[in-house]
Amino acid sequence: MLYKVSPFRKTVTHHLLLFTLLSALSLGSVLAAVFLGPAPLSFSQVVAALLGKGEDKARIIVWELRFPRASLGFLAGAALSLSGAVMQGVFRNPLASPYVLGVAAGSTAGAAAAVAFGPSFFPRPMAAFLGGICAAFLVWKLGRTELGLILAGIALSSLFSAATSFLLFLTAGNRRLEEILFWTMGGLSRATWPDVRLLAPIVAGGTLLLWAWARRLDALSLGEESARFLGLEPRALRRILLGGAVLLTASTVSLTGTIGFVGLIVPHMMRLVLGPGHRKLLPSSALAGGVFLVWADVFARLVLAPAELPVGVVTALVGVPFFLFLLRRAR
Amino acid sequence: MRLRVCELSVGYGKRIVLEGVDLELNPGEILGIIGPNGAGKTTLLRAMAGALRPQGGAIYLDGQALSKLSARDLARRMAVVSQVPTVSLDFRVRELVELGRLPHLRPPDHLGPADRNAVERALRLTGLEELADRPISSLSGGERQRVFLAMALAQEPRILLLDEPVVHLDVRYQLEFLNRVRKLSQEGLAVAMALHDLNLASRFSDRLLLLGQGRVLAQGRPEEVLVPELLEQAFGVTSWVFIHPVTGRPWVEFSLPSADP
Repeated sequence: MLYKVSPFRKTVTHHLLLFTLLSALSLGSVLAAVFLGPAPLSFSQVVAALLGKGEDKARIIVWELRFPRASLGFLAGAALSLSGAVMQGVFRNPLASPYVLGVAAGSTAGAAAAVAFGPSFFPRPMAAFLGGICAAFLVWKLGRTELGLILAGIALSSLFSAATSFLLFLTAGNRRLEEILFWTMGGLSRATWPDVRLLAPIVAGGTLLLWAWARRLDALSLGEESARFLGLEPRALRRILLGGAVLLTASTVSLTGTIGFVGLIVPHMMRLVLGPGHRKLLPSSALAGGVFLVWADVFARLVLAPAELPVGVVTALVGVPFFLFLLRRAR
Repeated sequence: MRLRVCELSVGYGKRIVLEGVDLELNPGEILGIIGPNGAGKTTLLRAMAGALRPQGGAIYLDGQALSKLSARDLARRMAVVSQVPTVSLDFRVRELVELGRLPHLRPPDHLGPADRNAVERALRLTGLEELADRPISSLSGGERQRVFLAMALAQEPRILLLDEPVVHLDVRYQLEFLNRVRKLSQEGLAVAMALHDLNLASRFSDRLLLLGQGRVLAQGRPEEVLVPELLEQAFGVTSWVFIHPVTGRPWVEFSLPSADP
């Protein structure tokens, strides 16, 4: 299948400008999200709080709730759409998401198991991370070809989802049920600065690693044999690329639960604008994914305030129509 | 740089496609591989490219066994244009040709001045300068075939393997393409190409290798290989061979064995 050429593509000649713009937009979005929220804080109150002045309540809302939440949202969106872009490239399949290798189902099952049986001192995110990595590792061992990996991913995802359902069944009527649901729905409400400090270096390192291998990812999209004729070892190459993407996804999911559609949609949007070359696509997808999730979360917090919509609902609301639009174009 | 194939047997699983193949490919020479459908032209090329493990015999590149070379080392010396390269993403022509530099790069795969020169040269040699910024989806089949030749040339290989390189092209582009290949071989490139058009093969090859019945039926200069007995054996047709008045190469006409001409 060949993507059609985008009408926008020819107009974007200054890629440097685009990156500057996206970076500015990223900073601006995180900052804007600090000013927006259900708590009635005026502009000057937020400014004062940001400068460490003003009343305690405002300072806590700004510094302990909104700021870490916006930052984590940016990092999570960046990680998910970057790894989505990599998965779509490796599998040469526009339907691939960060979760094709079973990371989401594995993380959820890991977290659910920790909630159901684990000692209380065992951190849930750690269990989620291990579950996600385990699932991806099993899929990698089971599938040798591209198709094999996708099928193994589907099979193991079902298996892990079944395990989660079983644990939900066991914990029914119990407070722990809600705890498990957090991982299935996903959200940024638990964001803290330690989370941000944990995820930031992983996202930065992952982006750098995957960007360095981006041209090889281009070659891989020509097919395994063509890649070999260009001197690449496809399986070793896939191990690096998928390993990086899985690490990013599992780290993110362990902190935010499963947030859908970001990793599926944003790479497509950027591909429309920039074309398929991964050297441009990967970093721009990361930035755009961060911006997208920050704004989706702002919307989720505001639209039914003081109640809060799961952010996955918002990303799906934007994502599905866009996806249908892509489907129409692809014909 | 010399490619030597010794007593080669290749196939897929238990099915042996070719047995006992011996051949040599030298710098500055074009070897045309001909034979009926299913005779193993593509199989032989894939084995020579290291994509198919020999079931018997061996292939040597300058005395080194091919199976001992890494994909990277191989791709620095040898480039392959396979029959139907697929492009699942809509890259620009230049982006694709740049991928030909990968065997010479290390991540993050930054193109240096030498790499850029090789890319420009490959675009020039294939007449693609004008199309360099066009997306591949906007090109015709023939233009796409040139893009893949350009990508192979950007590798700066010593050996070039081509599988049915002109099959989608009309006459003019066939001649242009093969003339380019001949020019490159005159500069020292060793070329092996599978062609099913015997007259094109005759005109553009220094030597021919005729495959049939799972083995090499003949190899040598075109006038040694394109003879009625061998062609009957390989293709099951009656043929008349002439010497072309302009090219001086053998030129073949066919008919079915029983039919009148």
